[in-house]
Amino acid sequence: MSLTAPPRPPAVRRRPPDKPQRHWLYRFDVKGTPYLLIAPFFLLFAVFGVFPLVFNAIVALRNWRLDDPDANGWSGFDNFSRLFTDEDFWNALFNTFGIFLLSTVPQLLLALMIANLLNRRLRATTWWRVGVLLPYVTPVAASTLVFAVFFTRDGGMANWVLSLFGIGTDNPINWRADKWSSWIAIAMMVNWKWIGYNALLYLSAMQSIPKDVYEAAAVDGAGPWRQLWRITVPMIQPVVVFTVVLSTIGGLQLFNEPMLFDENPAAASGGSAHQYQTIAQLIYKVGWKDLNLGYAAAMSWALFLIILVVAGLNALATNRLSGGGRK
Amino acid sequence: MRTPIARAPQDTRGTWKTYLALVAVLAVSAFPLYWMFVVATSTDAAVNSIPPTVTPGDQLFVNLHEVFSMQNVYFTASLINSVIVAGVVTATTLFFCSLAGFAFAKLRFPARNALMFVVILTLTVPTQLGVVALYILMGKLGWNGTLLAVIAPFMVSAFGVFYMRQFVAHAVPDELIESARLDGALTLRVYWSVVVPAIRPALAVLGLLTFVATWNEFQWPLITLNGTEYPTSMVALSDLASGNYVIYRRVLAGALAATVPLIVLLLIGGRQIVRGIMEGAVKS
Repeated sequence: MSLTAPPRPPAVRRRPPDKPQRHWLYRFDVKGTPYLLIAPFFLLFAVFGVFPLVFNAIVALRNWRLDDPDANGWSGFDNFSRLFTDEDFWNALFNTFGIFLLSTVPQLLLALMIANLLNRRLRATTWWRVGVLLPYVTPVAASTLVFAVFFTRDGGMANWVLSLFGIGTDNPINWRADKWSSWIAIAMMVNWKWIGYNALLYLSAMQSIPKDVYEAAAVDGAGPWRQLWRITVPMIQPVVVFTVVLSTIGGLQLFNEPMLFDENPAAASGGSAHQYQTIAQLIYKVGWKDLNLGYAAAMSWALFLIILVVAGLNALATNRLSGGGRK
Repeated sequence: MRTPIARAPQDTRGTWKTYLALVAVLAVSAFPLYWMFVVATSTDAAVNSIPPTVTPGDQLFVNLHEVFSMQNVYFTASLINSVIVAGVVTATTLFFCSLAGFAFAKLRFPARNALMFVVILTLTVPTQLGVVALYILMGKLGWNGTLLAVIAPFMVSAFGVFYMRQFVAHAVPDELIESARLDGALTLRVYWSVVVPAIRPALAVLGLLTFVATWNEFQWPLITLNGTEYPTSMVALSDLASGNYVIYRRVLAGALAATVPLIVLLLIGGRQIVRGIMEGAVKS
């Protein structure tokens, strides 16, 4: 066979680009390009998202100190077993759950109320929705600093308002000093930030409820309040579960608010006696103040497992409570 | 006697009570921002007075000047850094996520559905918990303390891919893609001349959400950028609030400077941001 003649193009060309290399190009375009288009996402997510999570497990099993790089080596489950006797860890876990409860429950209930208000025929519809998003776009660092001023003991707005009702006039509340007061203050910041966002999620679901569902119920004479709890909430149940899971994942990783509520954020101590130190904050302190990355990694994994369990349990419970049982 | 409501709530006109309640909600939403402005424009005496001063003062520029000229806080640089970081992250997110969204919505290839399932799965991964290892990784790359360290981990988002896929599937007719192909256009060409023009609204939505989220990112920038000369504005804010003697009017003047850009964005693109959040909810 002769090597000289490459396959000749047909004598009559329909399209000019039908050269051999174009064939190759078209074949690649069909077979290869799709993967090329999705590759950046998977590569970047693998390197900066998945790999750190997995590598974290390895770091957790080693001695890994920033101040003493030579002391590294396998340490087995030392970092994990240390968690069980670490009072700071249990204290932070307790704080995290306390603040989580104080923030999630009111947050989602109020979001439901506000969504119900927005789910009417209103003038300037869009502007009300944009308005409730003000806290969402406000940087959490900035708003927390406002609340830090708001909750100062002497001359703070919160104590002044309370004093109008005769509360704490002689002995103003030192918001940062106790667990209960600092938790309430921090929970208020979290609630303020996320109520509007969750309200829009609920609103979106409410507006996709078929109208005849309400019309059928109206015949039975359900008032607006009963309508909300008997019809609306069960109908938007998937989104309710979604927000519960979302705020579980977010709430258990709470970092910014307790961090900047502190009079000296750089210490990451969560108050003079760690009264509002959360797990995420403790991870930061152990890793970058105590310079013990191995232990911080173990703590991250513990938190990961806790989030997994709690999010799962919450999803189940919400499913039940918000009317999923009826199927 | 109560008349039964024969209408769905969304068809019921809001009463004066509805508006009153909404005004209260709005007041609570806006109050911390207003308070930020009041303190940022006041003197120390006004900030510490009892009862608190509730009207703005005239010291805004004095306070801002103090913030911007403070040693070791690098506030001016931090605002520029935040613009760079949020801008680059937004651009790459839009580009990579729309490419992937287009592929998942309109192209056929083996393992497409399995891969899309992986994307949805990654939506639930709390990547924040990998910060320790991420810090070590960035150390190996030599990126800790540079803007690269806060850009690279946020360059794509699973939500972005998901959102783009949904939008492309609805907004780009198959016939349009077919006819472009018959003209000999390669896939990338189709992306650029057919898909991108059709998904501009979705790009605006995702862009705004990404910019806001990146600007507000605090934990990871604090870990990798703290103590360097290249903080983002959130890190600079925490520096401003740290130390033995914190001056509130100064701290909140800084907070105001770091917040105003986002409020402006909300005023311009509020409709898109609302849409993005509400559409995300239905599709999740």
